[in-house]
Formats: sequence, C-alpha cells, structure tokens
Amino acid sequence: MFTFTNVCYKDILSVPHLIIHEKEITCIVGESGSGKTTLLRLLNHLISPDKGSITFHGENLLFLDPVALRRRVVMLPQTPVIFQGSLQDNLAIGLRFSQQPLPAESVFKEVLQRVKLDKTLGEDAEKLSGGEKQRLALGRILLMEPEVLLLDEPSSALDDATESLIMKIFVDYAKEQNKTLIMITHSKALATDFGDRILEVKGGNVYEWDH
Amino acid sequence: MNGIIDLSVLQVAAAYIFILLLMVILKVKGIPREKEVLIASIRMTLQLILVGYVLVYLFESMNPFLTILVLVIMESFAIYNIFQRSGRPLSNSLKKVVALSMAFGTLSSLLFFLFVVIRIAPWYDPQYFIPIAGMLIGNSMTGISLGVNRLLEGMKERKSLVEAALMLGATPKQAAKEVVDSAFDSAILPTINSMVGMGIVFLPGMMTGQILSGVSPTTAIAYQIAIMLGILGSVSLTVILFVQLGYQSFFNDRDQLKTD
Repeated sequence: MFTFTNVCYKDILSVPHLIIHEKEITCIVGESGSGKTTLLRLLNHLISPDKGSITFHGENLLFLDPVALRRRVVMLPQTPVIFQGSLQDNLAIGLRFSQQPLPAESVFKEVLQRVKLDKTLGEDAEKLSGGEKQRLALGRILLMEPEVLLLDEPSSALDDATESLIMKIFVDYAKEQNKTLIMITHSKALATDFGDRILEVKGGNVYEWDH
Repeated sequence: MNGIIDLSVLQVAAAYIFILLLMVILKVKGIPREKEVLIASIRMTLQLILVGYVLVYLFESMNPFLTILVLVIMESFAIYNIFQRSGRPLSNSLKKVVALSMAFGTLSSLLFFLFVVIRIAPWYDPQYFIPIAGMLIGNSMTGISLGVNRLLEGMKERKSLVEAALMLGATPKQAAKEVVDSAFDSAILPTINSMVGMGIVFLPGMMTGQILSGVSPTTAIAYQIAIMLGILGSVSLTVILFVQLGYQSFFNDRDQLKTD
C-alpha cells in the first residue's frame, strides 16, 4: 500500500526500501527520538521527504491532493488535541473537517461506549483528564472510518489496563472493517500481541522483526 | 460661530508649563523618566512644526503629484511601522501580504470616501485628501498591527491544534479558522470600542478640531460619523484581506505547515 524508495528526511530518516501492506496491523517500535513519529508524519503527508519517493497505491504522494489523502490516511497525534466545545463537537470535528455527513446522536453515544468513556455528549471536553482526552480523540477517528489509521502511541496517556483494552478495540475494528492500522507503541509485548508485522526504527532506517 | 483664536508663540510657550510641572514631579518622586518625556516633547514639537509648514506648502501649491507623493510616503511609513511593531520577525511572504492588504484596503476605502461620500473637487485637493488619508491609513495600521501579532502568536501557540486538524483531513483554511477569527477580532475590536464610547466618553479629535475652528457642531458630527464609518470600513477591509491571505503564508503548496 505504501512503498518507500530511497527516502531521506533531514538527518532523521534514511530508508532505502520499505513496504507497508494493506489491511494489516503494523506496529512500529523504537527508541524515543528514533524517528517513529516522523515516519507517520510522512505517511500522513504532513511533511515531504527531502529525497526519494513514497507511493500510496502506486501513486507518488507528491502528486496526490494532500487534503484528500489525509482524509483517507488519518493520523492521531501522541498528545491528544481537544477542540473547543463539547464531547460531541470533538467527536464530530473529524467528520466536519473531512466533509462527511454527521450521524445520529446514538452513533456518537455508541462511540463513547466503545472507547470506554462514561460521559455524556454535552460535557465540556476541556474538563476531561489526559487519558479521557486520549480516548475521546481515538473515538473521533473511529467515527471517520478512514482507509488507513495512523496512531502515534495511542496509549501513552492511558493506564496499562485501559491501554490493552483500547488497543484491542482498534485491532478488532481494523480486522472487522478491513482497515489498515499503523501504530507506534512503546510496548514490545503489545506489538507482538497485536501486530501482524513489527517494524523497528533504528539509526534512521526501518527493520522488520521476525515474528 | 466665531473663527478660532490665533495662538501667539508666547501663548504656546505657556503650555510647556505642563511639561515643566511633570518634570518637577518626576524629579521629586525619583521616577527616571525625565529623558523620555523631554525627548517626546521635543520630537512632538519639531515634527508638528515641520508638518505644519509642509501642509501650508502642499495646500498652496495644489499639485496632484505632490498629493500622491504624500500618500505614498504615508503608506510606506505605515507599512514599515507595522513591520517594526510586530513582536516576532515576519516572514517575507507575510510582509508582502501586509503591504498588499494595507495598500489595497486603505486605497479603495480612501477613494470611495473622497469621491463618493465627500465628493471633493479637484480630486487631489490636499486639504481633504491628506488628513483623511492619514486617518484611514493610521487606523488601519493599528488594526493590522494587532492582527499580525495575534496571527503570529496564534499560529505558534495553537500549532498542535492546527496540525491535528490537518491530520484529520482539514483544509488549511479550516485548520487555521480559529486563529484567523481571533486575529480579525482583536484587530477590529479597538475601532468598535471607540465607536461605542464616542461622544459620551470622549469627543473625537477631528470633531473637536472642527468645532474649535468655528465649524458648526452639526457639520462636525456629520464629518465625524462619516469618517468613523470610513475608518471602520478601511480597518475591516485591510484586516480581512490580511488575515485571509496571511494564514496562507504559514502553509506550503502541499498544505503542510511550513517549518520555521
């Protein structure tokens, strides 16, 4: 689905060749500062490589409409971002940005349950705790149903129990809906549990683990 | 209505008593601001004397080229001033946007005001052209300065928000909307506030000047109302242009946030 050929980005990444497969769960591990986030940002086209090419379904990212691409390949940042307004506003904003129709209220409630947020839709999102914000942000992209989900340490603000729960929700979701899931995780155990494929970013290059 | 009392040099000099008084107070209180007060007073005096003579010359010569020259100087000075006043360094593309919005916004409001509202003749009459241009340009300059600061601040402080919106497939316009709206808001708020207080909290300078010079207060308010609307129009137009073009200078042609 994604193919990297001789990709260089600053002095952070230098990837001669990498393929990320469709409808698989790819876990990305590596030390902090190794360039994991940079890798996701390249896929979401928030940045472009200085050299080399990245293709998506065979087409160079540089020739695709960037906004249309990001609507298909949605990324969740490591620090959850909360927009002004209620929980419902925050869930809906991804759909608004990507100009998709808004679903019925029951769908929003269902998503809250799925990410284990025991709150009402009208509450002010700013008042949530760090972990709750993270789950809200996760709910937001679940609603968007993109082709590819890029998650940057989705569990960094969650406790261990919630962490594996949330990861499981996403993995099940991706399997059920035939989505491609690419996520960074600090936990090698979780990567081995959930990933179809594990990539390690090290010294600027990306290596595949035998699994 | 009587004409204005002409002030003799001695009478003006008497007004400097206020400065002397202030200097004494500063000295006694030990507030180290004498130098600034002195420099400000001298600059104010010299600049006004100079501008007085320049205006006398311009009014007497009635030359269209001179009127345009003055307009260009005012405009350039205002634009330069905006660059100086911004708390953070401006990128070249943002500087271009500032210059373009100032020039287009103030000139179109000025032309409309002079030729449709007041209908001056000849078209370059410096007695109307120059002071009105000064008011429109000056107020728009203040507005845009506030807008520039708020836009730069907003794009920096809310960078993660803007970027998170892009990640979700927002267009740069959607992603920057909050920042753009708040920049526009802070830029035109002072103008709106001054309109609300006008006539009650304070008498505006232009109106006071006209009344002092013997113009009937009803004529003076007619001018004041017109100029306030003109100022609001000019400020809004310049600031809208600025924020609409300005936010784009933070994104590249791949709809990515530019790195500093």
